[in-house]
Amino acid sequence: MSEMKTAAYICSGCGLGDKLDVAQLSRIAQKEGKMALVREHAFLCSEEGVQMIRDDIDREAVTHICIAACSRRAKTEAFHFPTVAMSRANLREGVIWVVAEGDQHDEVRQEMADDYLRMGCAEVKKMKLPQGNPAHADNRRILVVGGGISGLTAALESAEAGYEAVIVEREAQLGGWAARLWKRVPFRQPYAEPQDTGLSELAARVSSHPRIRVHLNSTIAETSGAPGRFSVQVAGPSGTITEQVGAIIQATGFDTYDLGKLPELGGGKLPNVTDQAGLEALARTANGTPIKRADGKSVQNVVFVQCAGQRDASGMHLPYCSGHCCATSVKQAMYFKDANPQVDTVVMYTDLRLPGMGEDFYRSAQRKGVTFTKGKVASVEAEGDGCAVSFRDLILDEDAVIAADLVVLATGQVPSAGVDLDAWNPIVTAAEGGSEEARQKKAEMQKISVLNLNYRQGPDIPQLKHGFSDSHFICFPYETRRTGIYAAGPVRRPMDMLQATEDATGAALKAIQAAENASLGRAAHPRSGDLSYPVARLEGCTQCKRCTVECPFGAIDEDEKRFPVFNESRCRRCGTCMGACPVRVISFENYSVDTVGMQIKAVDMPDEFSEKPRILILACENDAYPALDMAGLQRHLYSAFVRAIPVRCLGSVNTIWITDALNSGYDGVMMMGCKHGDDYQCHFVKGSELANYRMSKIDDTLKQLGLEPERVTTCEVAITDNARVARLINEYVEKITEIGMSPMKGFG
Amino acid sequence: MSEHNQQAVTRYRNNFLQEVEERVEDGEWVKMCMQCGVCAGSCPLGNAWQHTPQKLFMMIRAGKREEVLTSDSMWMCTSCYNCIVRCPRKLPITHIMHGLANYAHRLNLVPKGQPTREVARLFWNSLAKTGRVNELKFSLALYFKDGFVQGIRNALAMQGVGFGLMKARRLNPMELFGGHKCKDPGSLHKMIAKAREIEDRKKGFAS
Repeated sequence: MSEMKTAAYICSGCGLGDKLDVAQLSRIAQKEGKMALVREHAFLCSEEGVQMIRDDIDREAVTHICIAACSRRAKTEAFHFPTVAMSRANLREGVIWVVAEGDQHDEVRQEMADDYLRMGCAEVKKMKLPQGNPAHADNRRILVVGGGISGLTAALESAEAGYEAVIVEREAQLGGWAARLWKRVPFRQPYAEPQDTGLSELAARVSSHPRIRVHLNSTIAETSGAPGRFSVQVAGPSGTITEQVGAIIQATGFDTYDLGKLPELGGGKLPNVTDQAGLEALARTANGTPIKRADGKSVQNVVFVQCAGQRDASGMHLPYCSGHCCATSVKQAMYFKDANPQVDTVVMYTDLRLPGMGEDFYRSAQRKGVTFTKGKVASVEAEGDGCAVSFRDLILDEDAVIAADLVVLATGQVPSAGVDLDAWNPIVTAAEGGSEEARQKKAEMQKISVLNLNYRQGPDIPQLKHGFSDSHFICFPYETRRTGIYAAGPVRRPMDMLQATEDATGAALKAIQAAENASLGRAAHPRSGDLSYPVARLEGCTQCKRCTVECPFGAIDEDEKRFPVFNESRCRRCGTCMGACPVRVISFENYSVDTVGMQIKAVDMPDEFSEKPRILILACENDAYPALDMAGLQRHLYSAFVRAIPVRCLGSVNTIWITDALNSGYDGVMMMGCKHGDDYQCHFVKGSELANYRMSKIDDTLKQLGLEPERVTTCEVAITDNARVARLINEYVEKITEIGMSPMKGFG
Repeated sequence: MSEHNQQAVTRYRNNFLQEVEERVEDGEWVKMCMQCGVCAGSCPLGNAWQHTPQKLFMMIRAGKREEVLTSDSMWMCTSCYNCIVRCPRKLPITHIMHGLANYAHRLNLVPKGQPTREVARLFWNSLAKTGRVNELKFSLALYFKDGFVQGIRNALAMQGVGFGLMKARRLNPMELFGGHKCKDPGSLHKMIAKAREIEDRKKGFAS
């Protein structure tokens, strides 16, 4: 872009003209905002208003516009000018809807609007029109790792949508665990009988599909690249093949919990104690006839022990519920009852959980005479040629024993997500430090890696809890913390076949989206379609590695000299690197230390004796800023002393903004972000956590400035906190009023 | 142990649930209980019972035949139908309670002197004989169920009520001699005998 020509458009519709002095706003845009062109309009988002802006862009060669009207989240279709840089001064949701009515508030209301306009003008002048990721590539094939029900579904769905798919399967045949089942839990009406798995048909469809390529007996030796240009080394029986793909779906499923870890329940000790997978094998052998034990004896009574090594509070076993095992035991009890109704089948449970339509299945089993006993099993011992199950009956509150020819333990799912990066990273550091032991440990760990990513941040996708892959559980479950790589099935959370099928379909669509976005040089979710990308001024870089370590998505590698190497296609555009950079060399074309910094400085600061404090709000654009908008929509009033700036993520907040704000006389800074911790809501996973961590260190800075620690506060705001956010603001303003005005005014 | 009881024990061995299913009125529902405990929580007299319906069902599944059939609990049901209304699995719990009580009664396993059973028995005997419940005879039988001396005491305690009823012409002392009956008690006896025969066959009491 050659010459910058700026323009400001001030709308007086939606009551803005009644509540605000529009003429004064125009003067400010001209004199203080230094806008080349300033226009007022009574209805800016109307066809006529929009046309006026378009005409200016076409005829007056306007390149940077500031629209002073409603929130940036409103009227996005009308105010869509992809050829110019644009800022929005939020006068409607941000000012007239939240400042109290009445003449006595006219002054503060107008001041607030004036400031937002100043900020909008300051921001746009620092913005550039994003040009799109220059390093994009347009491979749109989908690689699916794992050929179980999830993998097969994901590959088939991708192929049916018109995309080529490649499956890499470790075993000699497709199907995974699902192929080892005799029958599956019903997923169609009337949800009463075990159903055929349909796996052989599914595998056959996949194998013969013209757009699907299958590598059996194969693993991944190395994955490099980024969305749109992943290069994957597939090690198979006939050597290593390189597959070029655009996106990856990891559907590596689970392993069963080791029976040997449950000796008190006879696991690994007694021949007639098996797990659910073992029973499926017996059922397949029986092939519809009454199931016999491994020693050939027919089974007259069988006990299913639920939650074996699961939901364990002691820390010895799996702490979680695997979700499918109740339904699986019900199904397996039916194997016995259907072949011979005289067989005694007891399901021993503490809480029976059959999600979905499982209640119907449960009832069906009760009708068939499967006995359900609420009890906690204490031990399984050998007795005669069978077992004795000792348990506490939780209804009758007494200890009891039942005899069983066969005991089936419902053990849980253990995810196969690969290397745990939290354990990996310290070992890598130690290995780099020269420890031979660590080097061996590293090689040992690498053996279980699924993807063997050559990323600086480690060979697999990050995990959150219990070894399951990390993803935003509520908003985008299939996303992992490696852009363009999606997790589907039990690798993500414990689940049954039906859920895995749905999961795989969802992940396939996300993978397609990622490949498509990458081919256009745009960001993936949640800033889907964003053309900006991080640019680093490497001559200023001190190789501190903070950006490479803190990037939640592993987008940044390092070169030999330890300078960051940005992989724009892997970037989600959260700006966490920008917030992390102590020398502020990282920026985006339309979002930088300057675009926000100039807004902070543009605010007109009243003097110490005015009794008008100024409080800066840095609000996450995903949840907190919409919550503020909705507070306005619902007319939850809040103080006119605050000035809110949306940020891409709290992780992108550079501490320089805070120090700048305090230096220039702000009386307080509120940072509003998403919930962090294990149950995080942060759309960029680590952003709000990092922000919180960084702000915990800001107390020293405040002390140096001679300021109270309360002058900077961080709060968690959910998108639904509309009334709460107004309350939070008012409480904070009250607190700041109590503390008194900042002594820093007038120095900035 | 009665002959029928002996026969049932031999026939079902440990499978009391199956016995209940086949021989107790509405017993086939017991297996559908999901042990949520709403019945136990809903029963207005739940605190007074030794075993709540939930526990009785669990005991049936656990094969506690003796304990269930000699229990006092199902006799305590007042048929308020709270449990039936609330049961999420739609079990006819009240009816099952009566079914269990009836089965225990037939096997003669009921605790000695269980008052509900005594009242029911007197009521039924009076009704089955004439087709009408003779209130005077029924009341007197109740007074004297615990012996002659206690009967006199009960009667004296209630004499004011009795005279009051007589004065109001709600009680006819002549009912003590024969009393009124339905048109054809003989046919009624045949009907009852037939019904009993059918039930005995169905419930395994036919010898």
